Amino acid sequence: MPSILANGRRTQLALVAALMITQIDDALAHGFAGERFFPATILTDDPFVADEISLPQVTVNPPAPDGSRTTGIEIDLSKRITPNVGFTIGDQWQCLEQPGLPMVAGIDALRTGAQYQLFVDGPHQALGLLGLNATWGHTGRAALGAPDFTTLSPTFNFGKGFGDLPRSVPYLRPFAITGNLGFDFPTKATSADMPNPTSFSYGFAFEYSLSYLECCVKDVGLRAPFNQLFPLVEVSFSTAMNRGMGGQTTGTIQPGIIWAGPYFQIGAEAILPATRLTGHGYGGVVQLHFYLDDIFPRSIGRPISEWW
Amino acid sequence: MRGILMALVAGTMAIGNAPPARAHAFLDHASPAVGSSLSDSPPIVALWFTQDLEPAFSGMMVTNEAGQRVDLGNAQIPPGSPAELQIGVRPLAPGTYLVSWHVVSVDTHPTEGTFTFDIKP
Repeated sequence: MPSILANGRRTQLALVAALMITQIDDALAHGFAGERFFPATILTDDPFVADEISLPQVTVNPPAPDGSRTTGIEIDLSKRITPNVGFTIGDQWQCLEQPGLPMVAGIDALRTGAQYQLFVDGPHQALGLLGLNATWGHTGRAALGAPDFTTLSPTFNFGKGFGDLPRSVPYLRPFAITGNLGFDFPTKATSADMPNPTSFSYGFAFEYSLSYLECCVKDVGLRAPFNQLFPLVEVSFSTAMNRGMGGQTTGTIQPGIIWAGPYFQIGAEAILPATRLTGHGYGGVVQLHFYLDDIFPRSIGRPISEWW
Repeated sequence: MRGILMALVAGTMAIGNAPPARAHAFLDHASPAVGSSLSDSPPIVALWFTQDLEPAFSGMMVTNEAGQRVDLGNAQIPPGSPAELQIGVRPLAPGTYLVSWHVVSVDTHPTEGTFTFDIKP
């Protein structure tokens, strides 16, 4: 495929190109695999390293089985160290309301993660990422349920766009799925005589990209802001595996929508408990999420290894 | 808390209203339209993006169902239209044609894409 180095200014452009080539970002940032753009999802960890920040995410959880309810205001940062290695850090201010008891508020446990971009397959619109997340003990207010132990969680995150389906099924091609598979290993077997089981965690986001429909399948006449929408359904479950709690599962189902603009995205989802152990009723979450690589493309939006 | 929220809203609005000269370049629309069917062969294929493009790193081609190029190899960003990429094509026989593009926005972010259009018999 020719670039536009036609006649005349070839030498001049070549010099400019030489200067720019070290500046050109790679396709990993910001959730791209080939022509597929994956927005950052709210519940499901993303399958790509990124320079992004959720600021804030406000969550009103459904009532728990005991009638208590939590509301959280959360901040999460994802940062690339190199083009393929990144880290995450996040925490939230949480408010716990319990029937007949005073409200309790404070900071929840600190969460961090180290990530390695395992692969990016552009033609097949596929992404894979290995991560090791940690929820740190003694970093949150105990009265909110913040743990007195650290939990280590190795994960595999993946993404797959279906743009490589045959063109005979055009309206299936905008579909994509992202997911997480992982284990949660608590570093302490019991806390206050309650067991801390090892858990298997799994979650998926099923999304339909109107952006992909418009750019790569069929121009159906959608224009901004409607051609930047991603209707989606996210699900997340955690199943205890041992310490007398084997088989107990908690989880939520979250239908919603994400709008992705050039510098930030906005998402909103309902939260529906998927099991009786999780709770009842419904909740909701909204998230404002900034793309640091687009806002600061020549400075802090680049991998740390490219700052100098 | 209220002050923080006000600052957040103001910051968001400022970013949202910033001139559209940066960020990833997404395909906004094309002529022939993505997935369209035409009665006649178009003289050019033109793409319009959401951001201005970097000429040295942007290109496109048009191929037929056999994978043979049917464009004239003269991809260019027209003067005065920095977010547009166009290329001339030979007279096209009835069939399906694949447009493949890759661009770099002026802030160095690369994007790529493909789509088809048909020429009716």
